[in-house]
Amino acid sequence: MNQNAVDAHGLVKRYGDTTALGGVDITVPTGTITAVLGPNGAGKTTSVRILTTLTQADEGHATVAGYDVATHPHEVRRRIGLTAQDATVDPILTGRENLVMVGELHQLPRRDAKARADQLLRQFSLEDAADRPTSGYSGGMRRRLDLGATLVAHPQVLFLDEPTTGLDPRARNDLWEVLERLVGDGTTIMLTTQYLEEADRLADDILVVDHGAIIAQGDSSSLKRQVGGDSIGLVVSDPTRLDEAASIIARAAGFEPVVDVAARRASAPTSNGVLALSAAAGELATAGIEVDDLGIHQPTLDEVFLTLTGMPIDPDDDVVDNTLEVMS
Amino acid sequence: MTVTTSSTSPNGLSSEAIDALTVPDREAALHPSRGLVHDTWVVARRGLIHMKRQPEQLSDATVQPVMFVLLFAYVFGGAIDVPGGGSYREFLMGGIFAQTIVFTAFGVAMSLANDRKNQVVDRFRSLPIASGAVLGGHAVANILKALLPIAIMSVVGFIVGWRIRGSILDAVLAYVLMIAFAFAMVWIGVLLGSLIPTPEGVMGIGFATIFPLTFIASTFVPASSMPEPLRTFAEWNPITTLSDALRQAFGNPNTPIQASDPWSIQNPGLYTTIWVVAIIVVCFPIAVRAYSNSLEK
Repeated sequence: MNQNAVDAHGLVKRYGDTTALGGVDITVPTGTITAVLGPNGAGKTTSVRILTTLTQADEGHATVAGYDVATHPHEVRRRIGLTAQDATVDPILTGRENLVMVGELHQLPRRDAKARADQLLRQFSLEDAADRPTSGYSGGMRRRLDLGATLVAHPQVLFLDEPTTGLDPRARNDLWEVLERLVGDGTTIMLTTQYLEEADRLADDILVVDHGAIIAQGDSSSLKRQVGGDSIGLVVSDPTRLDEAASIIARAAGFEPVVDVAARRASAPTSNGVLALSAAAGELATAGIEVDDLGIHQPTLDEVFLTLTGMPIDPDDDVVDNTLEVMS
Repeated sequence: MTVTTSSTSPNGLSSEAIDALTVPDREAALHPSRGLVHDTWVVARRGLIHMKRQPEQLSDATVQPVMFVLLFAYVFGGAIDVPGGGSYREFLMGGIFAQTIVFTAFGVAMSLANDRKNQVVDRFRSLPIASGAVLGGHAVANILKALLPIAIMSVVGFIVGWRIRGSILDAVLAYVLMIAFAFAMVWIGVLLGSLIPTPEGVMGIGFATIFPLTFIASTFVPASSMPEPLRTFAEWNPITTLSDALRQAFGNPNTPIQASDPWSIQNPGLYTTIWVVAIIVVCFPIAVRAYSNSLEK
């Protein structure tokens, strides 16, 4: 098989006047995890939809598992699994019926589809609920079933669109463990996420996307070097002194600060966390600014974006995704 | 990465988890396509489970037809005369069959809108399914859903005095015509379900259009009793001619055909068949395109 399980070049997708993707290259080497990191509306879902044959690119070319998504969609579908952003399980069917149906549509004989469903229900701790309609499932159960449905036919390439959004920390850790196990077994994974932590934990390679373009790419340590590694932040006791505190943080860190007025919080990425933190602490004491919290943390997605683009995440970016949801 | 070999890993996943995720050679494990008929039936079976599980759908298919037959036969029946004589209950059956068949469009449109709403359609489209199996499955399921009430009504009709008085061949042709008409209605349903974005919209628009169409017809009262222009509309309405063709084939009473009646009324079977063919020829390609457009986003 091809060296790269996903090989996409110059993908362009427009919806009317909106350019969802403006010429994106994505390569995922076989047996690795690539995370596409970005805010809502960055083009993450559109990339996944093109690579999983759900939608056609206006320009560009992509192969998945060695087959062209535009000319051989059926061959691609035989080899992939897709976990969409919202669980795509039939609410009226039981968990078991959902899995058997997906198995049969993956062309498994009915007997094999049933055996596979049993296996996956056990694996995802859904045996007790297996014969209840999924409309009565909790969000977490529905997500687990959805992932099970994705794995029915042992996909070679797995696409997960924001798989942990809305999951509690325990469920998220369970999912991460499953994904790591799958990759250990030779599965290639491309996932999208809004969480730097998730990309950092799982991915061999991270693509940072914004406004339909890749703005940074690399493994997590090289990206962290680009954004300055750590981040220092504080929460002031007196909201009127937030601006002052923010400029102290900025001076100490050497990067533009992200200020959250409601949370009385200011933070900024930095290349040397400990040094920056002690400098900030000294200045705060001199200025007599009291803080409720002061510390080093991993940069948030906001901070990564500010560093890479010089602009905070545009809240209007949600527009594209929302429109799509209405249309769906 | 380390693989735990104990029976339970720290996060509670059983050791079976490891087996379930493992496969030696995926390329060799791929299953060959089992064909359009298989895939269509898998999707259709889902539609039938939907009918079984949803009380309102099940009642639409079982209780409602019984209620309609009894209501029209006993409540309205006494007030409506069939021109030319004969039992209203026997006149009624052709019309009520026709209405049930037309409502197939409604069921299809609802199924499509619901699939889009809960995104099951994206799951289907990412699977290696024979092309056409998803719509085909909806079509088969909804035609079967229409045949269940037709069967129930046939029995209830028989109990209240409806009889097949013509030849067996004609009666068989009548049921075949119903299935053919239901098949045509599937594509009207696909069109509606693709153009109207939500299930609620389908419900509203479908009710406001299809429901009156089934009443401005000879379904429940003779078209000749209607004022103009309703009468002319009813005379050319294929739901009228479907009702009339069924009455004719079953040898049931109907308004006697006059020399002054339009061609549609004089040749109800042929006129209805032309409509069936026309709807399929015109609607099928438009509906399929509308459907794929509704998925492209």
